[in-house]
Amino acid sequence: MYRYDEFDAGFVSDRVAAFRDQVARRLSGEMTEDQFKPHRLMNGLYLQLHAYMLRVAVPYGTLSARQMRKLAIIARRYDKGYGHFTTRQNIQYNWPALADTPAILEELASVEMHAIQTSGNCIRNVTADHFAGAAADELDDPRPYAEILRQWSSLHPEFSFLPRKFKIAVNGATRDRAAIQTHDIGYQIVRNSAGEIGFAVYVGGGQGRTPMIAKKIRDFLKIEDLLAYTQAIVRIYNLEGRRDNKYKARIKILVHEKGLDWMRQAVEAEFEAASRDYIALPDSEIARIKAYFAPPELQARASSQKFAARRESDPRFAGFVSTNVAAHKIDGYGIVTISLKPIGGIPGDATAEQMEAVADLAELYSQAEIRVSHEQNLVLPHVALDDLPVIYDELLASGLATANAGLVSDIIACPGMDYCSLATARSIPVAQRISERFGDGPRARDIGALKIKISGCINACGHHHVGHIGILGLERKGVETYQITLGGTGDETCSMGTLTGPGFSSEEVVDAIERIVDAYMALRNEPGEDFLTAFRRLGMQPFKEALYDTSKGADI
Amino acid sequence: MRFAISANRLLDGIVVFFGSSHHWVDQLSAASLYASKNEAEAALAVARLDQTRNVVVEPYVFEVRAEGAPIAHHIREAIRAAGPTVRKDHGKQADLLADKR
Ligand code: HEM
Ligand code: SF4
Repeated sequence: MYRYDEFDAGFVSDRVAAFRDQVARRLSGEMTEDQFKPHRLMNGLYLQLHAYMLRVAVPYGTLSARQMRKLAIIARRYDKGYGHFTTRQNIQYNWPALADTPAILEELASVEMHAIQTSGNCIRNVTADHFAGAAADELDDPRPYAEILRQWSSLHPEFSFLPRKFKIAVNGATRDRAAIQTHDIGYQIVRNSAGEIGFAVYVGGGQGRTPMIAKKIRDFLKIEDLLAYTQAIVRIYNLEGRRDNKYKARIKILVHEKGLDWMRQAVEAEFEAASRDYIALPDSEIARIKAYFAPPELQARASSQKFAARRESDPRFAGFVSTNVAAHKIDGYGIVTISLKPIGGIPGDATAEQMEAVADLAELYSQAEIRVSHEQNLVLPHVALDDLPVIYDELLASGLATANAGLVSDIIACPGMDYCSLATARSIPVAQRISERFGDGPRARDIGALKIKISGCINACGHHHVGHIGILGLERKGVETYQITLGGTGDETCSMGTLTGPGFSSEEVVDAIERIVDAYMALRNEPGEDFLTAFRRLGMQPFKEALYDTSKGADI
Repeated sequence: MRFAISANRLLDGIVVFFGSSHHWVDQLSAASLYASKNEAEAALAVARLDQTRNVVVEPYVFEVRAEGAPIAHHIREAIRAAGPTVRKDHGKQADLLADKR
């Protein structure tokens, strides 16, 4: 797995030392809040509703067992014993004291982690498929490219003061699990007609208050041109992106206002004009980075007796396998999703003990590797099917065996007004009540694949635009109100959800979701037409009828 | 409607309220209440001195109802005054519970 090279280690420890100094000067009063704020944000430290919040990057969602143990120690020593895994493959701590943050950053640096590029108008931490390097449907591991982009963009002087933040995602499988079309740049690894591996390039996607699906700017980009092309895009954005209005400053607005053709011409011209030699990626450099991500040496295994027997005898285990275990590249292995969505629990929260339990399992059974998914779950990427029964038992003991990955109760929710100072409504309690209503039992299984995503304000951190069912919490006349959108998805068939109509009160919203689900169940084509497919076939009308004709008090 | 002043303490970010004789207190119940917006704004000018003196960050005025114990009018301030509604074991609500025991 990737470890800092010497440049990084020195750089990070310098940054920690500088921040320690800045915090000391802030506490002594030498620095005002206005002077200090940009520094703390640059180190991932926000001031939230109840306290400070520290955001720590998990680059492309890959964590070692050792790093997870450190996250647990930090949660216990400097926070209140838990952390929150987010949709950006980050972890957030909700209660650190300002005076402790330099020590936390130092602890993180000791395991090659940091909070750099988690805020500010720079190129943010690059995200990738959480099944990278393991998935059966993968063409090439996206992480080496994400890492190359990360190294190149870390504090890149030209790109540290962009008009607005800039998010890049890389996906290497046929299923898009990295939601690349909702990013400023999305790289999809493809094979061209000559059999070469390269990237299809998407630009100008995003969520927030103006959701946009990225547009394909190039069908095929050679791997060696990854940085040159990224540079061309970011340069055009840096020059032409709007700085007059923060809400119109993302690249999606530039692409939208000027059009894809203009953007393509500008980028291609810049790409051709710039000297490419010095940032062309030689094979040797790609190989060097790839070596950090070398797949574990797994031998294909014959079908597992133990696994088959348990599956036969234990329906709960069988249920867990059907939802939470995905196909691995190597026969006899699986990818295990550890749901951080216990029924009625807080999406994405994990206690220090749970983090340690996952670290133990990773060490024993998954090549010491863990992934953080943008769906706020954890993943053990390389698990022998033989070991699944014992892993399942351990997960049960730690309260981590909820068998709902991809089901209706596997809900993404941002912190909302329970923690976030920008929120207009709470999101977590809505997620909890929906989760309790549907559970992870036979009913949830019958409903099948259904992604519900909830944001507590227009910023859309909870990805509601791309939820099959999206929920947006707003405030109307001082009261929490929830708007519902249907038909969104962040995968390779990316679409933004459509508003059903007037919103619902906190008391009504769970019943409203149930009416939508019931309508789907009544109208779906047997067998197993999933919610999104059914919605695309049926359109909004039947759901509108289900929502508004029968409802009382849906007149907000 | 009455008014009160809140901020976050610089050192640990914890929510505090402006109380009597220029003290910042942890509980809304101990906060100074002002009968009018004008009165509150005048007090805010004093409270802001503590921002300059690096005691608190971002003091501001908010509305409270005070038929009995003061209750924040808006849910955002109510949550600040109590703690996350989804984690009753954290925030000020937890301190209160601990005090009662
Ligand atoms: C609690 C502190 C947080 C603050 C202050 C915050 C702030 C923001 C803001 C202002 C935006 C809008 C940016 C824009 O449209 O230009 C945004 C977008 C976003 N945030 Fe957060 N956020 C917070 C927490 C989170 C969490 C917990 C997650 C993950 C669950 C998250 C993930 C995202 C994502 C994925 C976007 C995507 C929209 C985009 O960039 O197009 N944020 N955030
Ligand atoms: S969507 Fe809004 S409420 Fe939710 S975390 Fe983002 S900024 Fe906060």
